[in-house]
Amino acid sequence: MSARRAPSLRRRLVVQLLALAAVLAVLLFAAVRFSAERASEATLDAILGAATIAMAEEIRSAEGGAVIDLSPGTFSMLAAMGDERIFYRVNLGAATLTGYDDLPLPEAVPAALAPMFYSTPYRDTQVRIAAVSRSLRIDNRPATLLVLVGQTRAGQSAIAQGLANRAAAVGLVVFLLAVPLSLLAADNLLRPIARLAAAVGRRGPHDLRPVRAATPAELVPLVVALNSFIARLRGTLAQTETFIAEAAHHIRTPLAVMRTEAEMALHHSGDEATRARLRRLIRAVDDSARSAGQLLDHATVLYRADQQTPAEVELGALALALIGRFRPTAEMKDMRLTLVPAAVALWVHGDAVLIEAALRNLIDNAIKYSPAETEVTLTLAAQAGQAVIRCRDHGRGVAGARLEALTSRFQRGPNVGDVAGSGLGLTIVSEAMAAMGGDFALDAAEGEGTCATLSLPLRAA
Amino acid sequence: MRHAVAALARRLSAAAVVLGLALPTIAPAFEIEAEQRFGPAGAGARIEVLSTTDIAIFAPVIEGFLRRNPALGVHYVVASSQEIYQAIATEGAAFDLVISSAMDLQMKLANDGLARALPPDQIAGAGAGAGLPDWAHWRDLVFAVAQEPVVLLLSPQALAGGLAAPRSRRDLIALLRDHPERFRGRIGSYDPVISGAGYLFAVQDARMSDSFWRLAEVMGRLDLKLYCCSGDMIADIRAGRLLLAYNVLGSYALAGRDAGAEGAPAVIELEDFTLTLLRTALVPQSAPDPTAGVQLLGFLLSPEGQRLIGEAAGLPPIDAEAFAAHPHLRPIRLDPGLLAHLDRMTRARFLGEWQAAMDQP
Amino acid sequence: MRFLLVEDNRELAASVAARLALDGHGVDQAHTLAEAADCLACAAYDLILLDITLPDGDGRDFLARHRRAEHQTPVIVMTARSAVSDRVDALDTGADDYITKPFDFAELEARCRAVLRRRGGAAQTLRRYADVVFDPLAATLSVGDDLRDLRSREMRLFELFVSAPGRILSKEHLCDRLFSFSEPVSDNAIEVYVGRLRKKLAGSRARIETVRGLGYRLTEA
Repeated sequence: MSARRAPSLRRRLVVQLLALAAVLAVLLFAAVRFSAERASEATLDAILGAATIAMAEEIRSAEGGAVIDLSPGTFSMLAAMGDERIFYRVNLGAATLTGYDDLPLPEAVPAALAPMFYSTPYRDTQVRIAAVSRSLRIDNRPATLLVLVGQTRAGQSAIAQGLANRAAAVGLVVFLLAVPLSLLAADNLLRPIARLAAAVGRRGPHDLRPVRAATPAELVPLVVALNSFIARLRGTLAQTETFIAEAAHHIRTPLAVMRTEAEMALHHSGDEATRARLRRLIRAVDDSARSAGQLLDHATVLYRADQQTPAEVELGALALALIGRFRPTAEMKDMRLTLVPAAVALWVHGDAVLIEAALRNLIDNAIKYSPAETEVTLTLAAQAGQAVIRCRDHGRGVAGARLEALTSRFQRGPNVGDVAGSGLGLTIVSEAMAAMGGDFALDAAEGEGTCATLSLPLRAA
Repeated sequence: MRHAVAALARRLSAAAVVLGLALPTIAPAFEIEAEQRFGPAGAGARIEVLSTTDIAIFAPVIEGFLRRNPALGVHYVVASSQEIYQAIATEGAAFDLVISSAMDLQMKLANDGLARALPPDQIAGAGAGAGLPDWAHWRDLVFAVAQEPVVLLLSPQALAGGLAAPRSRRDLIALLRDHPERFRGRIGSYDPVISGAGYLFAVQDARMSDSFWRLAEVMGRLDLKLYCCSGDMIADIRAGRLLLAYNVLGSYALAGRDAGAEGAPAVIELEDFTLTLLRTALVPQSAPDPTAGVQLLGFLLSPEGQRLIGEAAGLPPIDAEAFAAHPHLRPIRLDPGLLAHLDRMTRARFLGEWQAAMDQP
Repeated sequence: MRFLLVEDNRELAASVAARLALDGHGVDQAHTLAEAADCLACAAYDLILLDITLPDGDGRDFLARHRRAEHQTPVIVMTARSAVSDRVDALDTGADDYITKPFDFAELEARCRAVLRRRGGAAQTLRRYADVVFDPLAATLSVGDDLRDLRSREMRLFELFVSAPGRILSKEHLCDRLFSFSEPVSDNAIEVYVGRLRKKLAGSRARIETVRGLGYRLTEA
């Protein structure tokens, strides 16, 4: 049976773990990049701000204006990390006192001595500017001093990039490690399932005991369902076996009454018309009984085909017993039943019930369709590793009908309309043989009659 | 120096006429001191070089470059450091390589985005060799080609009478103070107002120690003569008009010394500290042929170029071990710290103090 | 013959008993194993017909007890169930044969004969008519010292005549008893068998007389 295949658990797990690792690696990279940038920016801003504040504080007021004395040390320091370029601008009120007079001003005036930071393009690059304001008294009038100091942040970017790249490398290594680790984890995780499957698979075809292997919590519902299913199946199978037997009993007992009463009536009946009717009645009952019997036989074969109990069967002994069984029936028609045994014991490996059903139906067929005073011969032989049983009768033959036609259910040959029959006899033989991997052939025999051949592989000695 | 330069210019113009080369069609607005064309007459590419270094001193290096690249030519233009700055900053003059002794002005050009970024493999590819030490370049914009100490020059008469040569600024101050009549009007230094290099030396000196202002006061009281250029100071020492020149570019002084052993001034590197200037080069954004500029720069930084700079030009090549071996040598740091003193108000303030020191009764 | 019929379905039991009586057999009916045990204690039987499923126990257990008690009465098991194991079990536990319901009484008779033959038929089953000795179990006719074998149908035909000597038996009656209801029978089949029987009776005083339009009867010459 091919079920719809869901994606392999193992592949799902591995793919999900890898996806997770990839996502984590990317997140790691982004997080490190982000925090590195923020951290370095915060640090550099702090230094820039401090430098700007220091510069602002050193500006002194003097006669007629301010006095500015820039310290090279500050600029050197600001430039140090990453070889940055430095720009500055000092405004007193609205006028630019000194510095780069096109350095962009902040949008708002910063609070006294607390630096305000902003990034802006300037000339050919991006510049981070700290703006500090303080008030000065010049010529006894208050004036607002605005000091801007800007630096490029190429170094910072480089450092942040370097950190992020390192983080990316770590992430990549983690991801690459994740591949074998995921495979390992997946295998490990799925091992209980494999073990469970193996435990169940080791069972024979008739093992309907509940599964008792140790199972992890997640598989417990599955095992519980499986066990309840097994229990139901066991129950159903038991019921089927019983049902088949019970059905037989309940169909056949009334039929037996009917037949006996009809025979009695026939015996006591006077007029010919009634006797004819009663004969027809008895024929119908016989038909019914035979059909019922074969239907039940067929059901048994179907049931056993799936539930075979293989055993060592010696075909010679089985054939002998069956011949003995059928002898009284054959004698009633003055027919002779002969068994020609094989030179060796014919041991085969198969289900005894199926073999018996096949052989019984074969002999029954031969006797039924042969006229009185003819012979039915059963020949056993070992040929090319096969045990072969041939049943030859002198009946009316199969009239050229093909084997497939005769063995399909309820199909009767074209030449048996006058004999009561259900059409299941050969079906049973064919299905029983097929279930055991044997062979069934039907041929016209020389002269008149049929030769049916059953073959089963001989058990390896 | 001026006279020599003028004479040279005359000779060069004549040479230019003889060589049949036309002067550049676009006349720059900044003031050129001298210029010379090197290389074959019909040179395919002519590298435009703007520099503060005298032609005579740098010529051997140029010729060395052209020996390696016979197909190229060089147009070497000399101007003062301030003029050079103006040329590039305000006029965007078309030069492929700018070499200047004013580190601060070069730094400002680079900081203000006027220098072209040169990837290191390009420099190395042009023959720069093992790689410059970190202090010898700023980013990929400004590169030092020579390191020159800033020295004290003494004529032989300065120490007449068995005076000990001053070994530190303290000694110098003591020397000047103790012998005012000898040194009055016969000491000289850069005029920081006029000379960019001079201003740089002065502010760096003042940063290094407080002895600068005391020295300035002492020299101011002794009628310090102010010069625009080292050359003039050296000439005056030779001529005996000066006994002492303070903060002279040693290279020039040494070059001058070769001219004649007698009467050659003593070159003294003061032991408390001796400033070391980095002569730097950059390729401006306005360069018409930046690849050529890089090529020349690479040559200057290459072992052969450095050797020529050292031996033929007399400018000490880049040498990290020199600082290790001579702890008194203090390199001027090539970083945006140099921008602080270029600030006009700061500069005004410094020059105001300097003037105050000069105006001593 | 004397039968003990052990069958819990009363209707079926009555039918079977009546049918057997038709053939001249005596039948005692038992509907439970307990009744069967009582009957066995009181009388002797030629054959026991045993149904497998009985209300007060499994017929096989009865069989086992019967065998253990070393009773020699042959048992033919009647079964309506389909399971092979039922049939096999029955034979294993000591039944002499089994027959499935509904059964053909001719088949029952044949099986009884076979079973009795196997068990060693008693001499009381010999039948005499005129100077002919008829052994139904051995299927032989003896005329004087001459032992003649009878084939199955010939024997059954003679048995019918011998059971009703001097009575006219119609062809239909004989057909009904000789052939199965499902079998195609030719018009002169009875004549053929009567002819064969007459041959077997040759040399004896027994005669099978044809009564034109009515049938045949066995007479003594």
